[in-house]
Amino acid sequence: MQTPCFMGAGCYDHYIPAAVNAVAARSEFVTAYTPYQPEVAQGTLQVIYEFQSMVCELFAMPVSNASLYDGGSALAEAISLAHAHTKRRRIIWSDAVNPAYRRVAQTVNVAQDIAFDCVQTTGGKQAHDAFSMLLGEDVAAIVLQYPNFFGVIDDLNSVVERAHSVGALVIVITDPMAMGVLRAPGKLGADVVVAEGQPLGNYMSYGGPYLGLFCCTNELVRLMPGRVVGVTKDVDGRRGYVLTLQTREQHIRRDKATSNICTNQGLMATRATFYMSLIGPTGLREIGEACGRRAAYMMQKLAGIPGFVLPHKGPHFREFLVRVPGTAEEFFAYMAERNVLAGVPLSRIGANDDRGLLVALTETRTLEEMNRYLELAHEYVTGGHS
Amino acid sequence: MSRDVRSLQQESPLVFELSRPGRSGYQVPPTSDTLPEFEVPANLKRHTAPRLPEVAENTAVRHYVNLSTRNHHVDKDFYPLGSCTMKYNPKINDELAGLRGFSLISPWQPAADIQGALQLLRDLSDALLEVTGMDDITLQPAAGAQGEFTALLMFRAYHLKQGNARKRIVIPDSAHGTNPASIVLAGYGVTQLPSDSKGLMDIDALKRTLDEDVAGLMITNPNTIGLFESNIAKIIDLVHEAGGLVYMDGANLNALMGIARPGDMGFDACHMNLHKTFSTPHGGGGPGSGPVAVSGKLAKYLPVPVITRKNGLLDWEFDRPDSIGSVHTFYGNFGMHVRALAYIKSMGGDGLAAISENAIINANYIRSKLSSAYQIFLHRPCMHEAVFSGNLQKAKGVRTTDIAKRLLDYGIHPPTVYFPLLVPECLMIEPTESETRETLDEFVDVMLKIDREASENPEMLKHAPYTTPVRRLDEAGAARNLNIRYFNDADA
Repeated sequence: MQTPCFMGAGCYDHYIPAAVNAVAARSEFVTAYTPYQPEVAQGTLQVIYEFQSMVCELFAMPVSNASLYDGGSALAEAISLAHAHTKRRRIIWSDAVNPAYRRVAQTVNVAQDIAFDCVQTTGGKQAHDAFSMLLGEDVAAIVLQYPNFFGVIDDLNSVVERAHSVGALVIVITDPMAMGVLRAPGKLGADVVVAEGQPLGNYMSYGGPYLGLFCCTNELVRLMPGRVVGVTKDVDGRRGYVLTLQTREQHIRRDKATSNICTNQGLMATRATFYMSLIGPTGLREIGEACGRRAAYMMQKLAGIPGFVLPHKGPHFREFLVRVPGTAEEFFAYMAERNVLAGVPLSRIGANDDRGLLVALTETRTLEEMNRYLELAHEYVTGGHS
Repeated sequence: MSRDVRSLQQESPLVFELSRPGRSGYQVPPTSDTLPEFEVPANLKRHTAPRLPEVAENTAVRHYVNLSTRNHHVDKDFYPLGSCTMKYNPKINDELAGLRGFSLISPWQPAADIQGALQLLRDLSDALLEVTGMDDITLQPAAGAQGEFTALLMFRAYHLKQGNARKRIVIPDSAHGTNPASIVLAGYGVTQLPSDSKGLMDIDALKRTLDEDVAGLMITNPNTIGLFESNIAKIIDLVHEAGGLVYMDGANLNALMGIARPGDMGFDACHMNLHKTFSTPHGGGGPGSGPVAVSGKLAKYLPVPVITRKNGLLDWEFDRPDSIGSVHTFYGNFGMHVRALAYIKSMGGDGLAAISENAIINANYIRSKLSSAYQIFLHRPCMHEAVFSGNLQKAKGVRTTDIAKRLLDYGIHPPTVYFPLLVPECLMIEPTESETRETLDEFVDVMLKIDREASENPEMLKHAPYTTPVRRLDEAGAARNLNIRYFNDADA
């Protein structure tokens, strides 16, 4: 891209190896349908099994499904699951959870008897105290984002413990690209882990098609939404793969199904599987470090430019919030005229924060691009544009 | 390691089994030393790396290319899976969706930057409204099931606005399984009505159940038996008189284009599957796309955002107080929208009408050709799919599932089987418009051969297939001894 992209907020400009496109363009994957006849769908089925295995590894969780529509739908389904499992009706989350995910989760669950409480974070942290006050025996689940919507890497230990102590489930929204460098949510005590899988080898493509990642504990597997592939044997004893646990699904259970979702984002999951095979554990860690170092660099430098304020302290993963001089939309327009997509103004996401800009750094942003950004930001202030 | 004589039936390795420590198919460019280190507290740091495969690019490419050859797919051979509309997916669609101006744009870019993308969505919306005859539309739902659920949420919002959400949604017994699942998710109870002796909705049964608790009716038209609901106008009137709304499951829209429009029939909402009617590829189970078109009275409940024109520019409008909210994180499966519009533009209006006509002709051709050996469920012309019962073969000791499995040996994907539920030993055949007469004749020939095999050697059919990469799989065993990930240890 000739215009360097510093926009994130739920979808990211990571590098996509050409080999991903080459394999994903094969008709055999593209023009097949849902594996209803497993004898002639072993390609698709084995890819999904490998996908599930890799996603479990990323998040350190025992169970993954074959993917859902996107990050928002994965959160919506996690909340229905928590409601069905606990028979409780309250969900607690915070403004550090992606607002678009929250909107989808509320819409999808509007007819269920669920109440949502939103904690206002301070300093961008999903703090123990704020959640503790609201936690009680009627809470089905708390929803934590890690790293959170502002890129902050919160220490979630105490809030997770507190939630479990009242019998609430812990739903963690995470980021697959951070899983080479950050402790996995499975190790933090998450009961359900969801994520947007787009960064794993899928284009930004104006918001879709993406894929929702969904993991849960063994205890919750019978309530899990979506497709699952399992290993079995054929009549000759050969290893093979089939859709399994189908008794949860709508085509058998109809009105008793755990969810109305009857497909996965197959081709996107295929891309993700192939991407993960290429980058491997080392690539994942190196990409994570590259993102984190770039974010740290930009935060450090922007903080030194008069009028730019970084409200959140501590470690960030790939993204951070900066308050710019003037409005974020004006700054964005100034930068866009100079061929830099400077970030996502919070006002565009419906937040009541005119100055807030979310800036994202993937491994594709070069030092030259970052320095140009910083020079322009400097000019913006000194040139009297603010 | 020694290599055996190759056969398609050789067990396929898992990518994890090809993994060797230290290999990689990717190189991350070095980060400049001038950048600060990435620092996280020890308790938030990852100490054990995820066990992703470690393979070279060449190994990975070969692995997935080999896996791909174990799939049946539309580009390989006939795929007459009923209600799934497995038509040919023109290659121009993928080429256009891959244009960098589509694939590399962020959903957060300001409207002025992406007028092309917004114009494309507007054009697709207009084309789909023309096809359906409805008043307004959302492209947001990512699949048919999400589309029907979105429509039900709009029904709920509409009724709540009238002061009463109502309690039940009525469906026929031939409904797709997602219908009842979506109804429950939308907060309603399911009332299922039996079909009449002609396979259509039983009007008297409908009259008996309609009351002020009924929020609406969901009906697939043509229905899953491949029949047009000839009383549709009457049915819709009855529901409307009772204050309810009517939803058309558009799974079978491939039979209607240029012939009849749900909007003209009086429907309040209908979804379309772009991955069926409008030729976007199925991708092994997704991505789909399930836009929902609505009548004027539901327009204000559409999900946000909707496209509007502001100061001469197309832009997204979020401020819609009666909207149900959003069902997708962004604007839906945009890549599929590009493909669907490419298809519509290449076909043109006359082309779309010809598609439905040919889909119907092809289905009736198969219906007529197979009727000598297979029991036709209902003796009347069908729409886009022909439904048979395997009862005659069952009498010979062969089940529909055996017929399906035997088709695999002939390189043909079986029809949808055992659905709709009201047809015993059901075979639901949807050839689509994009097959030649030669392909249809070959299929008929194979089906007649299988019928003869059923007479001559039923035992052989019961163990089919013989030639596929794997043979019949132990599905019950898979559920009993659950193995759904490779590293099945406590560490993950």
